[in-house]
Amino acid sequence: MRTLLPVLLLSVFCALVAWQCEVQQSFAEGERLYKANCANCHMDDGVGLGGLIPPLAGSDYLTTHRDALPCMLRKGLEGPIVVNGKTYNEKMPGIPTLTPIQATNLLNYLNQAWGNQNGLYRLDEVTNAMEKCASFN
Amino acid sequence: MKNILFLALALSVWAACAPSPSGPLPILGERDVVNGDTIYPTIPDFAFVDQDSQVVTNATFAGKIYVVDFFFVHCPTICPKVKANGLRVYQKYKNDARVGMLSHSIDTKNDTVAALKRHAQKLGIEATKWHLVTGDNDAIYGIADNYFSVATVNPDVPGGFDHSGRLILVDQNRHVRSFCDGTDAKEVDRFMLDIDRLLAEQYGKH
Repeated sequence: MRTLLPVLLLSVFCALVAWQCEVQQSFAEGERLYKANCANCHMDDGVGLGGLIPPLAGSDYLTTHRDALPCMLRKGLEGPIVVNGKTYNEKMPGIPTLTPIQATNLLNYLNQAWGNQNGLYRLDEVTNAMEKCASFN
Repeated sequence: MKNILFLALALSVWAACAPSPSGPLPILGERDVVNGDTIYPTIPDFAFVDQDSQVVTNATFAGKIYVVDFFFVHCPTICPKVKANGLRVYQKYKNDARVGMLSHSIDTKNDTVAALKRHAQKLGIEATKWHLVTGDNDAIYGIADNYFSVATVNPDVPGGFDHSGRLILVDQNRHVRSFCDGTDAKEVDRFMLDIDRLLAEQYGKH
């Protein structure tokens, strides 16, 4: 028993480290996807651009449209939207090749970057949303 | 002796690489010498129409220095970043009548005066300070060369137009004096210092 306890503690510790690593890697992947696909318009710091491009940093839209976001990333968005009380009406292109794993990492980046503190997405939740989205074709 | 040589070498390398934060900015481009006079490249005459339907010519910027770029409204790539950095320049020199700004649309078919007006309103900019212009397609693509900028139609790139996201600084004598990558905030910081240097050179210290 005496020898078992340190082993147990060690394995819990390793599991924690591994989990933390995975979270960090997902965040880095999300950041990479953001820089490649979103930052040109929404800017590196998520502030958007004047009345043209809505902010993602401190954006209420991320919480009010949580369920619709996975689909929007893939399909894009057209027509007026209201973000933090301000109306925006520019077309956003989608990323048709985005996989559910990539979408999850990207969404979790958006929801945790720049001081955002929105709940994390689970892969199954994003996969479901994107499957429904595909049937809208 | 060896030490002195090394020192001289080190000094010359330092002199060549160190940024010179004061003194006049160079006049960019290839110069000609005609009858002993040096001829510097200059921006040719132009006439475009801005978001308020006003004709913008060289005379619009008489007695001013101005910042130039090329863009288009429905640009899915670098334009928003260049515009965001352009806005920083705009904010800094908003109340300085010696500085003007000129953005050329390279999508003259879609970027009508009305489209430019709408774009300007959404950016929150004044036409008297920052002119967003459209005009004859060939004239705009032609003058891009004079500003050392690239503007080409390319159906293979997102948005259909290929262009450099440069910001270009032109002095009162129509000479290009500095430029930067308008997508890079740090480069734009340096560019704004160049604007200050040019102001000091052409208008004296205030």
